[in-house]
Amino acid sequence: MSYLSEYIAKLNSQNRKVLSIYLTAGFPDPDNFVDLALSVLEGGADKLELGIPFSDPLADGPVIQHSSYQAVMNGITIQKTIEYAEQIRKHTDKPIVFMGYTNPILSMGVKSFTEAAKASGANGIILPDVPFEEYDDFITEDFDGLDVILLTTPTSGVDRIKKIDNKSNGFVYCVSVVGTTGMRKNFNEFSLDRIKLTYQNVKKNKMLIGFGISKGEDIKRLSETCDGVLVGSAVVNALTEDHKNKTGFTKTLSLVKELSEACNF
Amino acid sequence: MNSEKQYSYPDVKGKFGIYGGKYVPETLMNAIAELETMYLKMKDDPEFLDELEALLTDYNGRPTPLTFAERLTEHYNKAKVYLKREDLCHTGAHKINNTLGQILLAKKLGKTRIIAETGAGQHGVATATVCAKFGIKCVVYMGEVDVERQKLNVYRMQMLGAKVIPVSSGSRTLKDATNEAIRDWVANVADTHYIIGSVVGPHPYPMIVRDFQSVIGRETKEQILKKENRLPNYIVACVGGGSNSMGIFYPFLNDENVRLLGVEAAGYGLGTGKHSATLLKGRVGIFQGMKNYLLQDEFGQVAEVHSISAGLDYPGVGPEHCLLKDISRAEYFSITDDEALEATLTLSKLEGILPALESAHAIAFLEKLMPETKKDEIVILNVSGRGDKDLNTIISKLNL
Repeated sequence: MSYLSEYIAKLNSQNRKVLSIYLTAGFPDPDNFVDLALSVLEGGADKLELGIPFSDPLADGPVIQHSSYQAVMNGITIQKTIEYAEQIRKHTDKPIVFMGYTNPILSMGVKSFTEAAKASGANGIILPDVPFEEYDDFITEDFDGLDVILLTTPTSGVDRIKKIDNKSNGFVYCVSVVGTTGMRKNFNEFSLDRIKLTYQNVKKNKMLIGFGISKGEDIKRLSETCDGVLVGSAVVNALTEDHKNKTGFTKTLSLVKELSEACNF
Repeated sequence: MNSEKQYSYPDVKGKFGIYGGKYVPETLMNAIAELETMYLKMKDDPEFLDELEALLTDYNGRPTPLTFAERLTEHYNKAKVYLKREDLCHTGAHKINNTLGQILLAKKLGKTRIIAETGAGQHGVATATVCAKFGIKCVVYMGEVDVERQKLNVYRMQMLGAKVIPVSSGSRTLKDATNEAIRDWVANVADTHYIIGSVVGPHPYPMIVRDFQSVIGRETKEQILKKENRLPNYIVACVGGGSNSMGIFYPFLNDENVRLLGVEAAGYGLGTGKHSATLLKGRVGIFQGMKNYLLQDEFGQVAEVHSISAGLDYPGVGPEHCLLKDISRAEYFSITDDEALEATLTLSKLEGILPALESAHAIAFLEKLMPETKKDEIVILNVSGRGDKDLNTIISKLNL
């Protein structure tokens, strides 16, 4: 069993759903990004998803598009993202998972990337543009030692969910909505029936739900059909406001606290 | 045709050698699988093919002529030059060959909403046109920069009943319009079909668009055999995403003596970094659902590219062109903004044909090609579209 799966199982056995917080590497401020990540982890996040900035993030809505664009403009490369992971790892044992698109990895070289990623102490990677069909071509044995997390969506049928669960390591990322990342105004935009169906069919792995979750209340309502949640846009949005209003990490950490409290059951 | 060396791509995984594939979010996998199944069923279905044929003939105006360019030929005094006249298609460019085919597929799939991306606006107009004809709701994404430089086409799309959404992210051109269209599709995949306008994107699009555009090459072959009783020595076409060139090249791939020449946009010059010459200057990458040559920086960020022609202003290129380059079946060259501008005047004045700035890149390439040709040879040039849409750009650049 991988460190990621064991970690999730351990928290679940302590009556807690796992809270994974997404940050775009180097956003909003490249200079205090490590402080930000550590504050978020100390403030209640159980796990960090570290976004590798990319110029054309297809699966992302406006909030993460913006943070990704800003990070690219700030000169944050894939190498710099790995360096952040390394620095964060020095101060925490909580899991760190990269989230990124294939092109920067291909450009760096799969072998160089996977070696550096493993050496940094990161535990896994989420690649939204590598579906099941491309897994074997892209995920070479160089990835051994790094959990590759696959995604299900409300359009995945039961057979696919089973295949995805079988290939995925660390956990299965269940996308809650039909659409890109970003906060949803109405809870009924979540595809609850599909989430339930996915949870019933993900047997090998633990399952975390992501996309659209922005409040503690969302987590409470989803808690029976998952082992944890991933929150991205809502946090990046709070960060953007903190940055604009020069309020440090106040709004961001208050959101993380709310989300974290909702994860205890 | 030489049967031992039959060319047959894409393979079952949707790959052209190492290129192509389906690098898209899981949400879309179901839709692209359905599209592939439906297309494979329809592509040999007599009823479907008859319906498409009727539309191509009675609505689009096919076959388009193969015009002998008498004065252009005299001008160079070398090989004979013929022009394949896609500029005479309904709506003014080859794009409608594909949108007619795809709207029929969308109907078979039961989709009630169509989305598209557009650069020069020709694909947007061709999509809005078929949506009007079939009474289907249409949304077209277009970069803000292109909305500005191709204003006339924006008005045309609106008149045809389409909603044009300006895209303000990234470089605000074709690649960003494509990103937005894909995001829309991810969110509305249940009722929406995405009509991609070029031989790009995830499988099965590069195959479907190539097949629908191959009517250009099939007609060309028949026409030149009738006029000259032999195949041409050279076929020249511009390459942005690569649909008009793929369309005219494809039926000639097994005719090894026909040289296939693709012309990319060199913008301000290949050395300036401000160009769209993907096959000449790109590195292998993954972009918008496909593995392909890609203009990118050393860290794998997609480059901001440039061409005076909005239709060629794209950092990626169709995966089949990437394969054709690697196996040396097609050869690729480039033409600058200035050379293309000059060529629009040349063709206008010598043949009475105002070409689109995209097609003008192919025409300008004659300056380099013709001196190498012999008098008994034949060059066929694909005039992919007409230039009315570019008048504003041409007027301002040439101080007419």
